[in-house]
Amino acid sequence: MNKGTLLRWYRTMMRIRVFEETVNEKFLAGEIPGFVHLYVGQEAVATAICDLLNESDYITSTHRGHGHAIAKGADMKRMMAELYGRETGYCKGKGGSMHIADFRIGMLGANGVVGGGINIAVGAALAGKLLDNGRIAVSFFGDGASNRGTFHEGINMAAIWKLPVIFVCENNQWSSTTFYRNSTAVEDIAVRASAYGIPGLIADGNDVFDVYEKADEAVKRARKGGGPSLLEVKTYRVKGHFIGDPEKYRRREEIMEQLENNDPIKRFVQRVTDENLLSSEELTQVDQEVVEEVKNAVEFAQSSPFPDSSQAYEDLFVEDGVQ
Amino acid sequence: MREVTFAEATLEAMREEMARDSRVFIMGEDIASQGGIFGQFKGLADQFGLERVRDTPISETAIVGAGIGAALGGLIPVIDMHFADFLGVAMDEVLNQMSKIRYMFGGQANLPLVLRAPDGVTRSGAAQHSQSLEAIFMHIPGTKIVAPSNAEDAKGLLKAAIRDPNPVIYFEHKDLFRRKGQVPDGEHITPIGKARVTREGDSLTVVSYSRMFTEVEAACQQLGDEVEGKVELIDLRTIVPMDVETILASVRKTHRLLIVHEAVKRGGVGAEISAVVAEKAVEYLDAPIVRIGAKPYPIPFSPPLEREIVPQVDEIISAIRGLLNARI
Repeated sequence: MNKGTLLRWYRTMMRIRVFEETVNEKFLAGEIPGFVHLYVGQEAVATAICDLLNESDYITSTHRGHGHAIAKGADMKRMMAELYGRETGYCKGKGGSMHIADFRIGMLGANGVVGGGINIAVGAALAGKLLDNGRIAVSFFGDGASNRGTFHEGINMAAIWKLPVIFVCENNQWSSTTFYRNSTAVEDIAVRASAYGIPGLIADGNDVFDVYEKADEAVKRARKGGGPSLLEVKTYRVKGHFIGDPEKYRRREEIMEQLENNDPIKRFVQRVTDENLLSSEELTQVDQEVVEEVKNAVEFAQSSPFPDSSQAYEDLFVEDGVQ
Repeated sequence: MREVTFAEATLEAMREEMARDSRVFIMGEDIASQGGIFGQFKGLADQFGLERVRDTPISETAIVGAGIGAALGGLIPVIDMHFADFLGVAMDEVLNQMSKIRYMFGGQANLPLVLRAPDGVTRSGAAQHSQSLEAIFMHIPGTKIVAPSNAEDAKGLLKAAIRDPNPVIYFEHKDLFRRKGQVPDGEHITPIGKARVTREGDSLTVVSYSRMFTEVEAACQQLGDEVEGKVELIDLRTIVPMDVETILASVRKTHRLLIVHEAVKRGGVGAEISAVVAEKAVEYLDAPIVRIGAKPYPIPFSPPLEREIVPQVDEIISAIRGLLNARI
């Protein structure tokens, strides 16, 4: 990997991390309403996979979607403003944390329904194929979603039609308060790919290099017309299901172990430092710039107005005034 | 004008719109190889190929979900649900995705998509193949709903639905498919959101749609002189957005209202119309509003049982007679 790529990865992971930690802080301070699910600890997944995509390629995301949006190139200011419910937000304050989308960069939406985005990605890939515009689609979803019917129906349909779509199962081991082995009959979700006659890959989701390598194979297959792949990335949800989750269902030591020894950013820094790929000055400079960027995003959100009540009646249909 | 069946009229609409706009495609179960259960897709695959006329697996969730994604990706999907009853299998896609995407994302994307949903009773379809479900979907903001009663509107409303930049559920009554009607030559569009007054009168407004509208017409024919110049008949055509103005204008003239639909009366479209008229024109009413709809039971299989649950012409006739003589 060249230095530019490594710095780009580091910057994206840090942008997600600092954004999320700041959202956590502002939510607890009472500035952000709603239900918020943080992507902390899974930054390497969105970073590596979106780095393989073009701006015109599609992604669908989940309730834990801030990281996917940032990695796909969304504007942090408009994201933060949306979380604050302001009219400058991506959805003009109508969506909030679980419904951030940016259709201009192919980010077809976070989704409040587990597994709700899988078939939307299949359809976007179908459009790419029928319009022959070279666009591929990635659907991000979790281990919990892999037990929904949308997973089965979507992968089967994409497989028979050889659609350019990559199903990325971020196995963070916890679907809300349930450990995945208590709801999932197999250890590796990737083995389910064989039921649809498509390749199933496994990556270490906390190693940006490994995610990139495995995803690259799936992306190349999709672009060549080879059809879909299922990529399971093994990771861990270090935060609660939502901000404010009392987390009585798991041991604190389990989380501490992950934070100490498996943090994707720590592991990245260790590797690039050990191998003399990036200097601490280069990393520190990124840190400072990212902190500044997030600070500006918060200020933008805080200083943006709430939407006028009349805006509640806009955007239902293309033509306003129709109910 | 030409005489064609309702099914042929929908096929004309599909052919014309697919030829006009290469982004339009259709997918569903058994449409390419079989041509649809009611022959409503016959020959489409030969004309437009299997890429644009797609047979799908029995995966309603994926069909509707992928339709949404395809619309966001720049296509105009027409999705055949096989039977309206199967909308339930794709309920999350309709309820939480299709109907929400435009509003929830602040108007960033248009979602041009048509769900074709063959509904209603025909040939003893029994409980899971006979329902009229428009009221369930009327309750969900964000989706338009149309329900033609004849071949002309079947074509005109389907073309309008395909050209509409919003999601539209197109309820097509299974018993109407084989019925013939006059369809205008050349381009024919029926605007969404406009009801049609098909018979003018000064003493009673009857609002209906889909197959039951034809039953109301049959009732009026049987009543002959009794209703001539008295009954004003409105074919609603669109459920959402509803043409409330046409209904209110008629009620203000006739002072009486009867609403007839095949769907369950409880919580039905008739309940909504009754409430709107009560809110906006109650002072014009000379008699209580009367609603006719199916009784609140699943549709039973055996023909006499089915007839018991679903409204019949006799019931419409006696309601019309009763209202014409009624006074508060």
